Amino acid sequence: MNKTVNPNELKPVDDVGPLYAPRQKVYPQSVSGTFRRIKWGLMAICLGIYYFLPFVRWNRGLGAPSQAVLIDLPNSRFYFFFIELWPQEVYYFTGLLIVAAVALFLMNSVGGRIWCGYLCPQTVWTDLFYAVERLIEGDRRERMKKAKSSDPLKLERVSEIVLKHSIWLMIAWWTGGAWVLYFNDAPTLVKELVTFQGPMLAYIWIGILTATTYILAGYMREQVCTYMCPWPRIQAALTDEWALNVTYRYDRGEKRTSVKKAAELRALGQQVGDCVDCYQCVAVCPTGIDIRNGPQMECIQCGLCIDACDNVMAKIGRPKRLIGYDNDINIHRRQEGKAPIYRIVRARTIVYSAIIAAIGGFMVYTLATRSLLDVNVLHDRNPVAVKLSDGSIRNAYTVRLLNKSGYDRAIAIDVEGPINPTMHVVGVDSVTPDRPIIVIPRDSTSELRLLVTAPAENNPEKSIPVRFHVMDIGLGVAASATDNFVAP
Amino acid sequence: MTDHSSDIDSVSGKSTTGHQWDGIKELNTPLPRWWVITFYLTIIWSIGYWIVYPAWPLIQSNTTGMFGYSSRADVAVELANLEKIRGDKMAALGTASLVDIEKDPALLALARAKGKTVFGDNCAPCHGSGGAGAKGYPNLNDDDWLWGGTLDQIMQTIQFGARSGHAKAHEGQMLAFGKDGVLKPDEIVTVANYVRSLSGLSTRNGYDAAKGQKIFAENCVACHGDNGKGNLEVGAPNLTDKISLYGTDEASLIETISQGRAGVMPAWEGRLDPATIKAMAVYVHSLGGGK
Ligand code: SF4
Ligand code: SF4
Repeated sequence: MNKTVNPNELKPVDDVGPLYAPRQKVYPQSVSGTFRRIKWGLMAICLGIYYFLPFVRWNRGLGAPSQAVLIDLPNSRFYFFFIELWPQEVYYFTGLLIVAAVALFLMNSVGGRIWCGYLCPQTVWTDLFYAVERLIEGDRRERMKKAKSSDPLKLERVSEIVLKHSIWLMIAWWTGGAWVLYFNDAPTLVKELVTFQGPMLAYIWIGILTATTYILAGYMREQVCTYMCPWPRIQAALTDEWALNVTYRYDRGEKRTSVKKAAELRALGQQVGDCVDCYQCVAVCPTGIDIRNGPQMECIQCGLCIDACDNVMAKIGRPKRLIGYDNDINIHRRQEGKAPIYRIVRARTIVYSAIIAAIGGFMVYTLATRSLLDVNVLHDRNPVAVKLSDGSIRNAYTVRLLNKSGYDRAIAIDVEGPINPTMHVVGVDSVTPDRPIIVIPRDSTSELRLLVTAPAENNPEKSIPVRFHVMDIGLGVAASATDNFVAP
Repeated sequence: MTDHSSDIDSVSGKSTTGHQWDGIKELNTPLPRWWVITFYLTIIWSIGYWIVYPAWPLIQSNTTGMFGYSSRADVAVELANLEKIRGDKMAALGTASLVDIEKDPALLALARAKGKTVFGDNCAPCHGSGGAGAKGYPNLNDDDWLWGGTLDQIMQTIQFGARSGHAKAHEGQMLAFGKDGVLKPDEIVTVANYVRSLSGLSTRNGYDAAKGQKIFAENCVACHGDNGKGNLEVGAPNLTDKISLYGTDEASLIETISQGRAGVMPAWEGRLDPATIKAMAVYVHSLGGGK
């Protein structure tokens, strides 16, 4: 914990300093342990999904795209395995975004910025780039030495640098490449791309994403999280005292001193903490902070300092988790000799979970009951009704039929109402009287103009409901819509 | 630069800006270097922008930029592209026959869309935006046509108009029987009531049906036919049906018979290209009045 310093002992550090501060480059050390393993696992899953998902096939029948996940912009369709979404169904994405946002809130109320530490693309790719850097240039100490050394560049060092950047660029390039595969048939596009016959737009996007990946993961790194990302600020406002954050448990005593000294002092019966001031937690931190100074905005909750300290504690034979996911409440409780309590289930998390469940459930329900044949009816406004020469009354409607299935459909249209209406579809010769049949190609819409006439003796006095039925004459799938028939 | 060295935060040991809110002081934290560089780069970028693109307003005009870029020229290019894209489709409209257009769902949709916009621009002032018409301006949604309601007839009327001055225009008019002294006022009232009776409407008390029929036979059958069914050749309306261009109430009929009628439909040939006129004919026909 921060100790209060007597102002008189302080010296101005940076009051007349420059307008800007140069970057403090971070050289995170490799570490092993529980959280590191979780991070590797999640990284493999995330990258695996991202890089290989476009190659997963899904049979949707002849003529339809066979890519499991595809954003088909030219035809305004979105395919996700067995789901095919039309432009008028973009509200599913709204739902998805809301669920994603609330899920982020939920994660935050449970474990602080764990999204940042484990799943955020910026973290995942930066971690990957660090792994490459470590493999080629060595661990923390070596990298620091190489960065500081003013020796003239030897061939070995040059080849190291070239190799590192080549691998980075290859990863970045493959990242941009995978991105465009989501918008096109992947195998075809790969073939086109390598033979330089791909669409210009694809090359441009690959270029943009290669550049951003290379710059953000290779150079900007933790600065993205600290300076550019709004989430640390937002999450700070959303969090509460029960959220588990990576915490240095100062209740395990002060002061911090070396292993040897600590043993001596303990033998004398003096107060001494478990921390041996080895700075391992600082060395491994990808954002370059000292978690022992208390919660800080820069911390992405990656847990690597926990692994680092656990390793130290194991070596010196003290209990693990001097740093752990914890909160101030429990630190104080332990200081008072009470048992810590962990409250994952509380009002906040219940509300977030309920919102996620409600919206998710609603989306699943609407997806499951979504019809593959739809009819929308729009009554003509101008004129609303027309009197014909024999005194009968006619209303016109614009009817839009949507065939969302993967095959052509022959649709019979029918109208029903108390006025005994007859119907004509403009441009269609009725096969049977009053029941025109229209063929709608697979995966498309048809707009028809429908004229509905009520004979003179059935003229309604006011608005009368009429019902339009559309039916797939092959499969019997039906849909209907109600509108009104009005008199002039 | 103000010297804040006197004001130092006791916890972090850093100097503060001297700003204070509710006892919370703002640390004097310099910006990261990359941030400052990015900021300067945006300034340089904006200066480049001023030079390359039209940017500064002058008294009469504005700076035009290095490459002569203008958004207006951009629009012109886009419009030319659009014409090119639509060219084929409109050409298909131009060559297909009217009946074929109605049979082909794609062409029908194109003709209706095109026809609708052109109708809105040119025809709506008289016929209303949905073709509902008004007194004296035909309703194009009903099935009563002075000059015929088939696709060809509609197209002909659009092309050449009626009493438009075009050589091929429909000609024919309702004579002014009262103004020209052919019929006396009481005769006009009588024949007006007779006309009302033709479409089954009530007649004035004590009106002489036989006399009305006689006046009608002597003056009106030449155009409106023996039983008042009208004649497409001269645009004489059917007087027995339930709808009427100028109104079937007695006052309107008397006015029509006394003053005559000769509404004008302009000819669109020469003003609109043939494919557009075709699209308009298909659109009007699809409004529902077509035969
Ligand atoms: S302080 Fe620990 S948890 Fe936070 S970013 Fe650094 S290593 Fe990760
Ligand atoms: S790793 Fe653990 S023991 Fe070492 S300095 Fe950090 S908290 Fe102290």
